[in-house]
Amino acid sequence: MSKNFIKILLIFLLTLICFYVSLPKEIPIKFNLAGVKIDRIINRHDLDLKIGNFVLKKNFDLVLGLDLAGGSHLVFEVDTGGIDDERKKIAVDAIKNIMEKRVNLFGISEPNVQTSSFEGKDRVIVELPGVRETQQAIDIIGKTAQLTFAELGGGEEDGLIPTDLTGADLKSSDVVFDQTSGKPVVLIQFNEEGAKKFEQLTEKNLQKPLAILLDEEIVSAPVVQEKITGGSAQISGEFTLQEAKNLSIQLNAGALPAPVSLVEQRTVGATLGAESVQKSVVAGAIGLVMVMVFMVLNYGKLGLVANIALFVFGVITLALYKLIPVVLTLPGVAGFLLSVGMAVDSNILIFERFKEERPKRTLADALEVSFGRAWDSIRDANIATLVTAFVLANPLDFNFLHTSGPVRGFAVTLSLGIVISLFTGVVVSRNLLRAFVKQRHE
Amino acid sequence: MDWMKHRKIYFLISGALIIVGVFALIKWGLNPGIDFRGGTIAEYHFNEGISTEEITRSLEEEGIQVFSVQDTGEGKYLFRLPALGSQDQEKIKRIFQESTEGSDSEELRFETVGPSVGPELVRKTIYAAAIASLAILLWVAFQFKSLKFGVSAILAMFHDSLCLVGVFAIFGHYFEVEVDFLFVTALLTTLSFSVHDTIVVYDRIRETQSKLGGGLYDIANRAVTETMVRSLNNSFTIIFMLIALVLLGGETVKWFAAALFVGTVLGTYSSPFVAVPLVVFWDEVEKKIRFR
Repeated sequence: MSKNFIKILLIFLLTLICFYVSLPKEIPIKFNLAGVKIDRIINRHDLDLKIGNFVLKKNFDLVLGLDLAGGSHLVFEVDTGGIDDERKKIAVDAIKNIMEKRVNLFGISEPNVQTSSFEGKDRVIVELPGVRETQQAIDIIGKTAQLTFAELGGGEEDGLIPTDLTGADLKSSDVVFDQTSGKPVVLIQFNEEGAKKFEQLTEKNLQKPLAILLDEEIVSAPVVQEKITGGSAQISGEFTLQEAKNLSIQLNAGALPAPVSLVEQRTVGATLGAESVQKSVVAGAIGLVMVMVFMVLNYGKLGLVANIALFVFGVITLALYKLIPVVLTLPGVAGFLLSVGMAVDSNILIFERFKEERPKRTLADALEVSFGRAWDSIRDANIATLVTAFVLANPLDFNFLHTSGPVRGFAVTLSLGIVISLFTGVVVSRNLLRAFVKQRHE
Repeated sequence: MDWMKHRKIYFLISGALIIVGVFALIKWGLNPGIDFRGGTIAEYHFNEGISTEEITRSLEEEGIQVFSVQDTGEGKYLFRLPALGSQDQEKIKRIFQESTEGSDSEELRFETVGPSVGPELVRKTIYAAAIASLAILLWVAFQFKSLKFGVSAILAMFHDSLCLVGVFAIFGHYFEVEVDFLFVTALLTTLSFSVHDTIVVYDRIRETQSKLGGGLYDIANRAVTETMVRSLNNSFTIIFMLIALVLLGGETVKWFAAALFVGTVLGTYSSPFVAVPLVVFWDEVEKKIRFR
C-alpha cells in the first residue's frame, strides 16, 4: 500500500467519525418513493464507553450560547468603595461564590458565573440559560441580603443600635407557614455561636422590641416575650410566599460582602433564539453552495477537490465545536461563515499557482511545486490572521482584553476555522489530488 | 502590467478616501449604539397590530422615555429606550398588557447597558487593536527581514480601518446606523484580513526577488499581476459568505455584514494599491538618500 493511500484512508476515517459526531441527535427520515413509505427517526448515539475501570463519556450536542438558546446575561458591578485593595479580590470572589449558590438554590441549572476586573472596576457576570423569570432572578442575585438584629437604645433619641448578631451567624433558613396567621414566614436556625448571642440578646431585651433589619431596612420588630434558647427564630414580615422563598434563598447562600448594582442585562427569548438557529443553518447552506459552485466554475475538476476538502472542513469544524465544546453564539456563527469563505483561500492560492506552473512541467510535478510554493504564502498570511484572532479570543484571560461577549465568540470560531482550514486546504486536498494524478498515470 | 506607474493616482485616491473619512468622523462622528452609550433595546412581538403612537404615549405617561419604536415586520417592534432597571422591565410588560387589552405580547429580547460599560469596551478595543498591530508588525518585519515591508503593511491596514470607520460615520449620519460590539469585531477582522491579503503579495515579491533578482519596481508589478486573480477570487468567496450572513437577518447582523463587506473590499484594494506602492515608494526614497 502506498503512503498516499494510507493517508487518504486516514482522512476518510477521520471525516467519517467527525461526520457522525456532527450529526444532530435525531434525524427524521421521511420519504415516499414508488410506494415505499419510510417514516422513522434515526438516533445518533453519544459516546459512552466502559472498558474495565476506564469510562469514556462524551455528549455530542452543540452547546448554544444565550442568544441562540435563550437566556439572560447579567453584569453586576461591585461597589468596592469601602474595601481596601488587598481584600477586594477576596470580596469579589466571595460575591461570585454566593451568587453561584443563590442561582443554584433558585433552581437554575448550569449557570455560568465569572468575575472580571478592569481598571479598578470589578464586575461579576452571571449567565442564566433559558430563564423566564429574569426579574426575579435579578432580585435574588443582586440583593446584598445583609441580615442584622438591632436593639432599642437606652435614650429617647438613640434609635436602633445594630448588634453583632448578623446573617453570618446563621446555619440555615427555611420557609414555613405561621400557625396562627397562616402567612409565610422565614424560619432561621442559628449556629452555635449565633444561638448563644441570640440567647443573651433576648435575655437583655425582655419586653422590648428586637428589630430584624435586612439591608438596613426594618423587616419586623417583634417584642421579646421570653428568653429564647435553642437558637431558632422566625422572621415574619408582610411577605408573599415568593418573597419569603427568595429571602430564604438569600440567607442560605449568605450575604454579599459588598453591595452590587446591575449595569448590563441582555435577555433573549427562546423564540428569537430558535429562529436565529434556523436562519443560521439556512444561511450557512446557501453560502456553502455559492462558494462550491464558484469553485467548480473557476477551477473545474480542481474545484471539485476543493469542495471535497471544504466538506471535510465543515464536518471537522462542527465535530470540534461539539467536542471542545465551543459555546456557539450568533457572532460565533458569523465567525464560522467567514472562516468558510477564507478556508478555500488556500486552495485558490494553490490552484492559481498551478495554472502558472502547468505549462512548464508535467501534471504531477506542477501540482507538487504549486503546493510547495503556495505553502509559504498560506502560512505567513494565516499566521497574521491567527495573531489577531488570538488577541480577540484572549485564551489566556487577560483582564485588559475582552473577557466575554460577542467579540470573543466570533474570534474563537474564526481562529478554529483558520487552523482547520490549514489542514483541509493543504493536507487533505494535496493527498486527494495526488491520488487522482496517480490514477491517471496508471 | 505596469501597475506601479500609476502609483501617484492610487495615493491620491487613498488620500481622498482618508480625507473624506476623517472629515465625516470629525463633522458627524460615529453614532454610538447602546454598547457604548448605554441604553435599552427591547424587541417585542404582538399578536395583534398595535399603534406605535399609542404605545409610546402610554409608556411615556408612566415615566418611561421612548427614543424610537421601529416596526421590524411580522408583528415585531423594536423599542429604543434609556438604560432601565429591572423594575422598569416589569412595568413595560404591564403597560403592554393593559394597552393591548390582554392581547398577548412576547418579549423577544431585552438588552440594557449601563453607561459605565461603554468606556471599558472602547479601551479594551484599543488595547486589542494595538497589541494585534504590534504583533503583526513584528511578524511581517521578521518574516521579510525588513522594516519597510512591516511598516507598509501596517500603514495599509490603518488605511483600511480608517476608511471603514469613515464609511460608518457617513452611514451613521445618513442611515442612522449605530456602531456596536459587532462593528468593533468587524473592524478588527478587517485589520487581519487586510494584512492577510497584503502578505500574499509581499510573499510573491520576496520569492521573485530571491529567484530572479532585479529592481523592486518591476518585481512589484509582476507580483501584483500574478496575485490579482487569486486576490479577487478569495474576496468573492468571502463576499458570498457575507451575503449568506445578511440572510441570517436582523438589523444588527445586516450592518455587521455590511461592515465586513466594506472591510473586505478595502482589504483587497489596499494590498496591490496601497501596501505595494508604499514599499516601492519607500525603496525609491531610500535609494535617493543613499545616492546623495
